[in-house]
Amino acid sequence: MNALKIATAGSVDDGKSTLIGRLLYDTQSLTDDKLEAIKKSSEQRGYDYLDFSFATDGLVAEREQGITIDVAHIYFSTQEKSYIIADTPGHVEYTRNMVTGASTSQVSIILIDARKGVIEQTYRHFFINNLLRVEHVIVAINKMDLVDFSQTTFDQIKNDFQELTAKSDYSPQQISYIPVSALNGDNVVNASSKTPWYKGETILEKLENIDTTSIKEEAQVRFPVQTVIRPKSNDFHDFRGYAGKVYGNSLKVNDEITVLPSFQQSTIKRIHFFEDELEEASAGSSVVITLNDEVNISRGDMLVKSTEVPQIEKELNATICWMDNKNLTEGTKYILQHNNNTVQSKITSIDYLIPTDFGAHKETENAGALKLNEIGQVKLRLNKAIYFDAYKKNRANGAFILIDTQTNTTAGVGFLN
Amino acid sequence: MNHNLESEAIHIFREVVSQFNKPVLLFSGGKDSITLVRLAQKAFYPARIPFPLMHIDTGHNFPETIEFRDRLVKELGLKLIVKNVQDSIDEGKVKEENGKYSSRNSLQTTTLLDAIEEFKFDACIGGARRDEEKARAKERIFSVRDDFGQWDEKNQRPELFDMLNGKIDLGQNVRIFPISNWTELDVWSYIEKEGIEIPSIYFAHQREIFIRDGLIWSHSPFVYKEDNEKVEIKTVRFRTVGDMTCTAAVASHAKTIAEVVQEIQQSSISERGARIDDKRSEAAMEKRKQVGYF
Ligand SMILES: Nc1nc2c(ncn2[C@@H]2O[C@H](COP(=O)(O)OP(=O)(O)O)[C@@H](O)[C@H]2O)c(=O)[nH]1
Repeated sequence: MNALKIATAGSVDDGKSTLIGRLLYDTQSLTDDKLEAIKKSSEQRGYDYLDFSFATDGLVAEREQGITIDVAHIYFSTQEKSYIIADTPGHVEYTRNMVTGASTSQVSIILIDARKGVIEQTYRHFFINNLLRVEHVIVAINKMDLVDFSQTTFDQIKNDFQELTAKSDYSPQQISYIPVSALNGDNVVNASSKTPWYKGETILEKLENIDTTSIKEEAQVRFPVQTVIRPKSNDFHDFRGYAGKVYGNSLKVNDEITVLPSFQQSTIKRIHFFEDELEEASAGSSVVITLNDEVNISRGDMLVKSTEVPQIEKELNATICWMDNKNLTEGTKYILQHNNNTVQSKITSIDYLIPTDFGAHKETENAGALKLNEIGQVKLRLNKAIYFDAYKKNRANGAFILIDTQTNTTAGVGFLN
Repeated sequence: MNHNLESEAIHIFREVVSQFNKPVLLFSGGKDSITLVRLAQKAFYPARIPFPLMHIDTGHNFPETIEFRDRLVKELGLKLIVKNVQDSIDEGKVKEENGKYSSRNSLQTTTLLDAIEEFKFDACIGGARRDEEKARAKERIFSVRDDFGQWDEKNQRPELFDMLNGKIDLGQNVRIFPISNWTELDVWSYIEKEGIEIPSIYFAHQREIFIRDGLIWSHSPFVYKEDNEKVEIKTVRFRTVGDMTCTAAVASHAKTIAEVVQEIQQSSISERGARIDDKRSEAAMEKRKQVGYF
């Protein structure tokens, strides 16, 4: 069984918390004591309905201001699957949180208030899904109760959204449109009698029908070495294993591999998972690999199949989403972390800012700087080459983070072109 | 059980030993820290777990937990550090609470921070899970603390893909939560699948208890009891194991792990619902975390 990770996006008051609360409530995932706490908090604030946002807004400041500040993780499960929701606030200041939530998600739910339709924020939410290549998008057109469950309104919003998708990398099958009322539960878990014109799935049905195994990437296999295991015990005197997680595809015993950056060649002798030996390690598994030849390998090196060597370069072109209060400027240096490999990097140029509205605004050339929550096209130079793939080809091996050398914070994320 | 979660935790353990100089695993004797030990074994096998365990002992633990702890450490040949809250009290660093809801639970923070300083630990691995409580839901996998052990919840590092950034300044340390994304049920299913041994108090047994605020409290010299609170014998078990003063029991007849898993699947009360320390206020956990709690 695999968990499905979902990212949610919506503007303030579109009903994101209410929708999540509804999903939990209608799948009987809220325990009595949690429900009791929600009732108590709702009453204290004088509401005559259950405000499910109390189930998710965890920090004092969030409850006081009635807003979500940080990414919260919410867990629920059905007979079919378990789900992890990364609940991220939707306002422009929180682009960084949305990118963070989307980076580990396979599905995204974008909320639209039926009374407002597609607004500028919707553009940005969808742009981020497109940039991060989240596989499935559910467009939840919410508050249908406030527009009399009008099919015309729904169709209009769907049409507007389809104009966006035409400009994106998505195929129409990856996107579904669902008319909902989160407050009353219409088409969230249970099909609504008020939308007889809608024949599609409810939100939960859609989630249940997504095949998590089909989402597995069909990319080339990458094995970044995290650490070398040398027990030096009597039983395992000469054991030398390379520990890491397999990305993109699977590795098998006897595969011919190349070690990067040294280009030494060998074949896989054994694949260990604790006390078991495996014939094959699938994408996503953390294993220990031994080789048939004595080669010198350390943390930060990468094993790949000899027929599938990735790009190896010191000059990079990347789309960067900036996440720090201190602007990204030309000429500055950052630590670049790619998988678990860290190198020094220098920003050689910030070529242009990328507007997040699919071309409604023009790209700003010669931007000179990237501010918090801005996305731009950037060139970097490294002190040592990294071995990467374009993000479009291999999600795990095509992204990096930039770490501020003074504050140590993760200041930005890059997607390699 | 979710296979991804196990590989995710193993990946995190390996990042810890690669990125930090002096990690330690905070071991409470509860099911979550026992699960951590198994995951750490898997991460480094056939080598031994390359860091010690540390127990912050309130002195009010269930004897079954302590016995179990000592046996596990011996069997796996691990190094165990025990630091006592009693010592912090004797040194006058913290003051014992008294009265009806008194507990040493929050006093542990001081003992923990002192131990981090004494041993110069730069990474403390803990078994907290995001599904436990809503302040925990906002916690990172690598969670940076300043030299006062404080958690700055509004200034957390973004965590993208599998890339964990453990860079810190001297004096700072990082709390690390490899099973962040596990639910209570995930932990129990894992214990069942792996055949991991856990302390006997997790299974139904007869115990002297009394009822307060609708919760089942253990009758013990460490737990304050009013005269009108009547002691009775009941069949109970524990869902979570902190010390005696902050952990309530649940009525249960589950004697095997399979029965426990079944019970949890049907339960209408959350795990933390039986934690007396969380009942103090809506923001109880967030406040404790800000000052350096686990
Ligand atoms: N009428 C109606 N109100 C809704 C619906 N969904 C949410 N709301 C209300 O919209 C307001 C904002 O919802 P909330 O979930 O807090 O929005 P968030 O800021 O996106 O999390 C609250 O007063 C909700 O009760 C809906 O489907 N119909």
